[in-house]
Parts: sequence; structure tokens; C-alpha cells
Amino acid sequence: MDSCFHSFQFIISGECDPVPLEEEKVTPPCGKVKQKEVLATPWHCNKERHTYFCSAALKKVKALPLYLIATILQKIRPTSAGLKYLAVCDSESSRLAAAASEGRVIGRLLCWEKGRYPQHSPASSSNPSVYPSVCPFFKTSFIWRDLVCFYRVKMASSFARILSSKRKVGILSLVGAGSLTVGFFLNREQHVNAGAHVRRIYPPSAEYPDLRKHNNCMASHLSPAVYAKLCNKTTPNGYTLDEAIQTGVDNPGHPFIKTVGMVAGDEESYEVFADLFNPVIKERHNGYDPCNMKHPTDLDSSKIRGGQFDEKYVLSSRVRTGRSIRGLSLPPACTRAERREVEKVVVDALAGLKGDLAGKYYSLTQMTEQEQQQLIDDHFLFDKPVSPLLTCAGMARDWPDARGIWHNNEKTFLVWINEEDHTRVISMEKGGNMRRVFERFCKGLQEVERLIQEKGWEFMWNERLGYILTCPSNLGTGLRAGVHVTLPRLSKDARFPKILDNLRLQKRGTGGVDTAAVGNTFDISNLDRLGQSEVQLVQTVIDGVNYLIECEKKLERGQDIKIPAPISQFK
Amino acid sequence: MPFGNTHNNFKLNFSADEEFPDLTLHNNHMAKVLTKEMYAKLRDKQTPTGFTLDDVIQTGVDNPGHPFIMTVGCVAGDEESYDVFKDLFDPVISDRHGGYKATDKHKTDLNFENLKGGDDLDPNYVLSSRVRTGRSIKGYALPPHNSRGERRAVEKLSVEALNSLDGEFKGKYYPLKSMTDAEQEQLITDHFLFDKPVSPLLLAAGMARDWPDARGIWHNENKTFLVWVNEEDHLRVISMQQGGNMKEVFRRFCVGLQRIEEIFKKHNHGFMWNEHLGFVLTCPSNLGTGLRGGVHVKLPKLSTHAKFEEILTRLRLQKRGTGGVDTASVGGVFDISNADRIGSSEVEQVQCVVDGVKLMIEMEKKLEKGESIDSMIPAQK
Repeated sequence: MDSCFHSFQFIISGECDPVPLEEEKVTPPCGKVKQKEVLATPWHCNKERHTYFCSAALKKVKALPLYLIATILQKIRPTSAGLKYLAVCDSESSRLAAAASEGRVIGRLLCWEKGRYPQHSPASSSNPSVYPSVCPFFKTSFIWRDLVCFYRVKMASSFARILSSKRKVGILSLVGAGSLTVGFFLNREQHVNAGAHVRRIYPPSAEYPDLRKHNNCMASHLSPAVYAKLCNKTTPNGYTLDEAIQTGVDNPGHPFIKTVGMVAGDEESYEVFADLFNPVIKERHNGYDPCNMKHPTDLDSSKIRGGQFDEKYVLSSRVRTGRSIRGLSLPPACTRAERREVEKVVVDALAGLKGDLAGKYYSLTQMTEQEQQQLIDDHFLFDKPVSPLLTCAGMARDWPDARGIWHNNEKTFLVWINEEDHTRVISMEKGGNMRRVFERFCKGLQEVERLIQEKGWEFMWNERLGYILTCPSNLGTGLRAGVHVTLPRLSKDARFPKILDNLRLQKRGTGGVDTAAVGNTFDISNLDRLGQSEVQLVQTVIDGVNYLIECEKKLERGQDIKIPAPISQFK
Repeated sequence: MPFGNTHNNFKLNFSADEEFPDLTLHNNHMAKVLTKEMYAKLRDKQTPTGFTLDDVIQTGVDNPGHPFIMTVGCVAGDEESYDVFKDLFDPVISDRHGGYKATDKHKTDLNFENLKGGDDLDPNYVLSSRVRTGRSIKGYALPPHNSRGERRAVEKLSVEALNSLDGEFKGKYYPLKSMTDAEQEQLITDHFLFDKPVSPLLLAAGMARDWPDARGIWHNENKTFLVWVNEEDHLRVISMQQGGNMKEVFRRFCVGLQRIEEIFKKHNHGFMWNEHLGFVLTCPSNLGTGLRGGVHVKLPKLSTHAKFEEILTRLRLQKRGTGGVDTASVGGVFDISNADRIGSSEVEQVQCVVDGVKLMIEMEKKLEKGESIDSMIPAQK
């Protein structure tokens, strides 16, 4: 049997509300539709998968987060690669793509784009059926877009992102519901079998790992049934369950410290292996349930109250997070070419930063001895990971290819490229001005996002999980905001751990995670990552550290301190 | 990574240029041989088990090597790797094994009776004798690539085979994940226990995955015949004893191996072997006989002699410290073993050790008496 179209991946994704389609289908206002108008879903895909055809009678699909409506013009023929990327493009892009043999048009989508009146004239000689139609009442326009099948993710990404940044695009979107829906289809689960050639001689029971001595979140939730269900699945890029859990199998964990024990190889891992990721996320993030909760993102630093600490106690302030570039695999699975692409995209964007954010990139493969020494002295340099948690997940492959450090001239804004995530963004300074640190953090992040969007890229983000990063522990905000603070008296008080707990803070040594405190100086930061916004978490740290300083002052004066009431977790 | 080529298919969306590793600072056999053209030619190939070129070379990419020590920088994931990627493996094997050509044939000779002498090495100098080799079980992928199910199947088959041995070979299996503390202590004292690999050369090739699942140690009651299961190869077979009776050590080695092979053959899973490469093992450096036969010998004067290295080279021997590869000598005691693996048979290689060590002991005695050894320095073998 011919091999065929094994799976495809839409480069664009977006929010979507379930849509009752049959009542509210919109017919194109003008022109004739040459082929039958169809609705395509995975369940209706032809067995031989030569055509992706559709059923007109699509029922209400409340449970389905995304859907696609397409008019298929021609069969999709297989290529040797077996993987394809579909993207929604404007006519210009699709023409360019076809001219460059990067992709071909396989269908058309009738889109509804709110808030814009197309300026250009509708038809071009090569693509006569593209015509915008204006609906003045709703201030929208109907426009036919091309559904283009690309052979290379890079090209698909470049072209398709032009549309994705417009969050107000609907495909045959609902007239009545009044909300904006973006209906794109991300082919997941049932059709993610890019791994058709998975070599399986042994049944899942023979392959199931021995987790009896293990103490990590993955081991707690990977039952033989879950393993059997997921072990033959792959993401569109070919990432498998075994790869996702390898780090947890190789590192049984510690009786006192419960590590996560699994990683994502790409954005789709969180979907394809949701049956395992969701309970792990819920356990790690103290009850946040990805199935029915939404994560708020808020990078408006003007909402912060206070934020200037007493510098007698607070030595330095720092906020860090990570960002991943959509369309490129994550460090456990990325190929050398993808990693180099991440470096290129991010470095290009960072080069566009101006003012107090302007800076320079130091590639690990090309930095001079002098530069290296300077970075070490500034405590900026990161090394090849030695932690088996990271090396077993494959994050140190090809070191130091495509890794590097960027920082601004003032050394207060720092970006690590291709370490544990695509990027780690750090804003820091000596002293207690957390407010300014966070302002710079937000400004820098938003600038970088704008710069990559200009080139057609975007960050991995969705409403359920917030910003997508390699380790599930960093989902949501991926934010750790903290201070180095001296608390000589408070740290010796027996109530210190409980106070921290109730304030939803954690302490670490001044060397970072898994280090001990030196003297009486602690690294105090937020405990949570997912379920609260950046602003909320930073405010928590500000309020919390202020309280700790108050406690320390009280103890200095010989007064007694109180354990504060526990603050609520999901606001 | 095990199970298939899906991820490799995805990589083919990028050009060979974009994917080619940066080997400018590398010093290993793989880096010397791999060109962009070769990479482009081989990158879309896979073995029947799904092992790809990137899997082969990952350890060499991650470990640039040392200016003085040339590591191999590539591994095989299964028997067919050596065939599918012969464009890479043949020159690497040639470089590593002194010019062994793609058309050469390797001779296997495990007839211990062909060994001359070896029972008379002076016990005042030779502290212990040891012969080790590896074996791979046909039909299973190798440690860089095998899945948990496969590794467990190798363990099960091996334990069944070993437990059926009797006589001087009767013994017991100690699986790593369920040995008692007492057993572990005993194995450490006997110097039998192997640990999870820490060498980045092995880790980067994926050989420590799922540790210690399906790994274990088998040894006979006399503690003279030892088999490691699923460490760097499917099986590592070791015959050893105190003193200098290399002949006996080799006899036991050959007899034991042949008994084990018979049992595996009965289960339709003989050892991986072919006429060109001999016994097929994970690392190309162990092809051929995979044999390292050696002694711990006291050579305090000879080892400080200016011509020591040259003597070893001419005798086709190598030295290591008493802790094994990459360790230093302690108290003038060296581990002297054969340098060759492929192109000569087991008997020939052990003969080299026996003859060479005998000569070196004579030299040491001469040096003790204050005499010169220049006349004894041998010609290149």
C-alpha cells in the first residue's frame, strides 16, 4: 500500500471555543465554489489517507477544542519524508511558496477577519478566487485564504505566521456567538502516527519500565495501562513516550525530593501524551488541573505595588523565565539544524533591542578566552549540564553547538540560548529594586516577542498551560522571582519554614537549586509557576519578602512574630 | 534512540548542511572520516531496527576527544549497522586497527590447545592472569539502541544459558537490581561488581539507559569464570585467576565460551559473527576477537627504561594501570595485554601476551642484575 500522508501539523494554533457548526455555517457571499464545501475532521479521514475528505454533517463538537473547515482541491500525495505542514496563507505567500517549490495549495478556507477592510484589489490573475468581501455592519471581511501544504517546517512557519499574529481571525466563524473564535486544526492524537514505522516486537508489558524504587511524579502516574495506551504514539515530529520518560526512568529520585521525571520534546508532546502529562502537572503544580483550568498571563509591570526592598537586608533581586520558539522542537528532541535555527531567530531578535536593553551575543563555540573569563566573573556563564536529570533527557547533545549567552551592556538583562530551554530570560540587579527588575523583565520580553513576530515567529503558548517549556515544572509563567536576603534571626526561628509555606515562598541556598545557604543569606522566591500570572507571582514575592523583613526587624527589637495566614493559591 | 526512524524522517526536512555537526575541534576516528558528502549520503538510511547515522555518531559529536588519545567516536546499534553505514565504519576500522581493509578476512581460533607455553610465567612477577572478550546475541539490538523489552530478553536468554552450565562452570546469577547488600559487598571484594557507566563516551551513546534494569553478573563457584550481562555489550566474558598460569586461564575461557555458544545456538540465537569482522560488538575497537588477554606484572625497572614503550609496540602489547583503562600504575605493577583485536586470532593474540610477558620478565631480571637489555630488544612483530 502506498505510504501516504501520515500526519500533518498546523503551524498556527490559537484559542478556540467549541462551535455549533451546522446551524451557523456561513455561505460565501460571492463567487462560485468549484468543489463541494466540506468540513474535515480526523474521524472522517479516508482509510487510505489519500484524500482528506469531509463530512458535511458535522455534529456539535463541544469536546473538540479545534476544528478545521476546508475545501479540498486535490489529493495530497505523499513525499518521502512522510510529514507535512499545513498552513493558512494569503494568496501572495502561497504564490511565492508554489514558485519556490516549497509547498502547494491543497485547499481554500473561507475566513472571517474582524476589524479590517482589505485595501487591495481582490483578484490577481493567478489566483482569481481570492476576493475579499466586506461586511460593514460587523466591520469584518470575508476572505478566501489558501491552505498550503509545505514540505519544510521552516517555510511553513515563515509564511503562516503572518496570519497567526492576528488573533482575530475566524474560519467560517460563528455568526451568532458573538465571540471571536479562531478555528484552526492542530492534528493531534488520533492522527499523530508519524511513527508508522515504530519497531515493536515486544508488547507494552515487556517494555514497561521497572519503577518500584522510583520516587518522581512520572513514576507515580505511569501505570501499565497508561503506558500501553501511549507507547505507540508519536508527536508529528516523531517524539515518543519512551523518550519523554527516559530521564525519569534513569533517575529514580530521592526519598525527600520529588523530581518531575519527564520532559516534552516539542509542543505537541503535551497533547499527545496528555494522559500522563496532565496528572503530573496537577501533582507538581499543587492541584492545577490542565483539563479544566485556564492560566492567566499578565506582563503589565505597572500593576505592581511597592517593590523597593530595604537594602539592609536584600542584597540582590532577580526574575527569570523561559521562552520557546513555536515550530521548533525543544532541547530534548531538537535536531542540530533546529537548534541552530533557534539561535539564529533569537539572536536576530535580540540584535534589535535598543536603549538600556542593547547588548551583545557570545556564542559558546566562538567566545574568546577573555570573554569567557569576563562572563565567569559576572556569574553569567553557563556550563554543559552535568545533572543526570538533564543529560539523560538528551539536552546536552552536540554541546556546545548553537549555545550562547546574550546580555545587555549594563549587565542587567541576560538571555541564555539553548541551555535547558530554547531561551532563559533573566533580569537582575544588585540591591532591592524588584520593581525595576520586573519592569525591565516585562519590557525586554515584550520587545523580544515583537521582534520575533516581525519575522513571522512566535512563542509557544496556550491558554491551558501558559508558556510551554521543556520541563513541566516550568509551565505557566516559568517565572522564578527572587531575592538574596539576609535573615540571621528569622532563619533560626523554628517557625521560618511555616512562614515561608504560608507566604507561598521557597528558600534555596545562594548557589541556586540544590545548594545550601551561606551565612544567613537565602535565595527566597515564589513557589508557584502555573495558575497565577507573572504580576501576581511577583506581587506575592514582594509582599512576602516585605513580611519576612518585618519579622526580622521585630526579632531585632525583641518583639514576637506571627505566622501569617496562608494565602490562597489560585486567585 | 530506540524504535524507529520517525525522528530521522523529520530531520530530512532540513538540508545536510544544516544538520552536519561541527567537528572542527574534534579529535576522534569518526570526526576524521566523516565528511559532509558522506553525511549527506548516509543520513536517510536506517538499519532494520531503525538505527540511523546520527545515532551512530552522537557519542563522537558529544565527546570531541583528547589531543593525545584517539577515541573511536562511533558505535553500532545492531549487527547491520556495520553494513548499512560501511562507508563510515570501514575507514574508521582501518584507522583504528592498523590498516585492516574492507576486503580482509578475520580468523577465529578458540582452540586452546594451539597455545604454546603460558603455564610457566614467573609467579614472582606475574600477580594475576585474565582473558576477557565480549559477545553479542544475534537477533537483538545492541546496548546503544535496545529497548527495555529487548534487554530483558537478552538477560533472560543469557541467564538460562549460563544456569545450564555444570562442572567447573556451575554458577549463579546476581541481577543488579535485586542483589542483597551482602551479595553486593562480596562482589565488590572480589572485584567483580561493575557500576553504572560514568564515562561520557558510554553515556552519550545511550548505554546506561534504564540502569540497572536487566543488568547483572554471573560467576562460577570457583570465581574464575565471570559473565557481565548488558553492560557495554550483551555479554562480557572473563576468565581469570591469581598467578601466572595463562594457559589454564585461556583453556577455561575457550571451553566456557564454546559451551555457552552451543546453548545459545540451540535457542536459535547464536553469537553475532561474520567472516570479515569476526565477532561483532558495540564498539568498533572491539571487533575481531574482542579479546583482551593480560597479566598484572611487576616491572618496576623495565617500566622506567627509556625503551619501554618501544618494546611494547614491537611486541604488539599495550600497558594500562591496575585499575583498567585510563588508570595509572600503582607500585610498578602494570596491566600488560594485547594491543590487537582484529586480523589475528584469539590464540595468536594470547600467544603474543605469553611470549611478550615472558621476554619482559627476562628483561626485568637482567635489569635487576644491572645488565643491559639492548641485545634482547625484539624486532617488530
